[in-house]
Amino acid sequence: MFRSLLLSTVAAATLLAAGPALADTKGMKIALSNNYAGNSWRQAMLKSWEKVTKKAVADGIVAQVDTFTTAKNDVTEQAAQIQNLILQGYNAIVINSASPDALNGAIKQACDAKIIVVSFDGIVKEPCAYRIAVNFKQMGADEVEYLAKAHPEGGNTLEIRGLAGVFVDDEISAGIHEAVAKYPQFKIVGSVHGNWAQEVAQKEVAGILPSLPADVKFVVTQGGDGYGAAQAFKAGNRPTPQIIMGNRQDELQWWKEQKDANKYETMSVSIAPGVSTLAFWVAQMILDGKKVPQDLTVPFLRIDQAGLEDSLKTTEKGGVANTEYTAEDAAKVAGGK
Amino acid sequence: MIGLTAVSNPKLLRSILPALSLALVLGAIFIKLPTAMSYFGLNLLLQYAVPIALATVAQMFVITVNDLDLSMGAYVGLVACIGATLLHDNPPLGVLALAACLAAYAVMGAAVQLRGLPSIVLTLGMSFVWSGFAVLLLSTPGGHAPDWLHNLMALPVPVVPFPIVAAAVIACVVELGLMRSSFGVILRGAGGNSKAVARAGWSLLAAKVAMFTLAGVFGMLAGLSLLGLTGAGDAHIADRYTLYSIAGVILGGGEFVGGRVSPAGAVLGALTLALANSFLNFLHISPDWQIGAQGAILILVLALRALIGAMERRP
Repeated sequence: MFRSLLLSTVAAATLLAAGPALADTKGMKIALSNNYAGNSWRQAMLKSWEKVTKKAVADGIVAQVDTFTTAKNDVTEQAAQIQNLILQGYNAIVINSASPDALNGAIKQACDAKIIVVSFDGIVKEPCAYRIAVNFKQMGADEVEYLAKAHPEGGNTLEIRGLAGVFVDDEISAGIHEAVAKYPQFKIVGSVHGNWAQEVAQKEVAGILPSLPADVKFVVTQGGDGYGAAQAFKAGNRPTPQIIMGNRQDELQWWKEQKDANKYETMSVSIAPGVSTLAFWVAQMILDGKKVPQDLTVPFLRIDQAGLEDSLKTTEKGGVANTEYTAEDAAKVAGGK
Repeated sequence: MIGLTAVSNPKLLRSILPALSLALVLGAIFIKLPTAMSYFGLNLLLQYAVPIALATVAQMFVITVNDLDLSMGAYVGLVACIGATLLHDNPPLGVLALAACLAAYAVMGAAVQLRGLPSIVLTLGMSFVWSGFAVLLLSTPGGHAPDWLHNLMALPVPVVPFPIVAAAVIACVVELGLMRSSFGVILRGAGGNSKAVARAGWSLLAAKVAMFTLAGVFGMLAGLSLLGLTGAGDAHIADRYTLYSIAGVILGGGEFVGGRVSPAGAVLGALTLALANSFLNFLHISPDWQIGAQGAILILVLALRALIGAMERRP
């Protein structure tokens, strides 16, 4: 009797909470648990997070947002940190994790305490958490799709890969090769490892150029290697091919110069560090009572011919093009579009 | 009144310093976050302190015989990896692997005694061996904790949270064994005054091997309990434990001169370190300052110790 009474009370309370709950995250607290802050991508990620969440607090969308970074990229420290966040009564934890598996225990405790956990970039495998992962394969395929649309006739293509043996390199390359199988008019005539660095890419491309046919029309890349490739083609007195860029400032700068000089056309694609803000909005949506799939995919930040000037203006020298996401972007991602 | 006696009695002050630091940090946390003062809160706060306490006790055994183990973190990580792979998939093989680890620790102790190797160099070298094996076993984080281990660490103890019970049991067992038994006196003596112990006819080799093996046993317990908490292994899961364990022993009243250690103090020191981290977290101290603040706490306690030491020497 007592139990059923309790149950019905709980049910009523849940109904009340779920009914008029739209945009009712005013009183809620969200925390960012971040495992590492030691490179420019992570610094940009934290900066974006701070900018967007500060505004969200000022606008009264959520009550409080805090950032916690572990001193070293350390699993046990981050696990203890998550437990502290549970104790402090946060409603949601957004996490870039040090390990996909070893935080499962702490994540499960957070879920059991009715806390929403959203992981991004460094995702966690615990089933109760939400994941915003990067589809690197799609990124590779997108490059070829773009070329196939712009140049249906196809042609000889050079592939610049990343660091050998790293999962990201394998994935992007697999995406490129799958797409090339779909558009056989594109022929990969050579492949070098540019290690995502301009100097390495330049050296490696310069090395393979003499063995390539004279009409290399396209270069597919992984980011951080497009500028180096362009320099190598120039030094080898070859006509400049259409090089896919990776959102680095030097690449965009070179593209702009070429565009002004001879209407050079290409596109640029990579992951924006501002993906942390996407995770923030997804967490806010879930707190708001909206239904969100457990596994989401990060949208790529793609720069096209028309948007080049704007992107270049907002990108710091030596940095990566960034964007902050909005609640609408998060709704779009969660909708599977 | 008690305060007055304590101030006038440096020895007493020295022995209650670890408990005092713990009470201070705990009190600060309770003021800042009253919800922590509950079964659930204490459980969450102290859970990850249990493996740190075990690793600290392991380190204490080595420090007792005037040595230092710089491989503790890597060793705990290896044990966690063995537990998440071999022990889960093939228990007999897992037990065999863990036994081999213990044997390695015994050999380390013998080598330090027989060949006169500096333990710092030997254990630093071994730390690369441990993490090498750990990466071979588990090249990417993963695996599964054996169910019994997982259940043990989530043991619902009534009234008093499990981590507190575990810490009390560890402190009592080691205190009894090392500080109250006659065998313990010899082991401590082997570190404090090895010549006297040798002249009295005791084997220093046996003492060193025993202490290193004990360190291996408690390091293993640390790795297994950590695995029970996380549910999965990672070769770098415990990299910080080396420094945590040394700092814990010192914070708990131990000294580098050998023989002068305190098991209960070491456990308290480990808990203090773990809680100090949480406290800094609760204060929302910027991550850039957190490492520095941790160091400042350590220095503060050590400065107090030095002060008490100076009082002791004064007639």
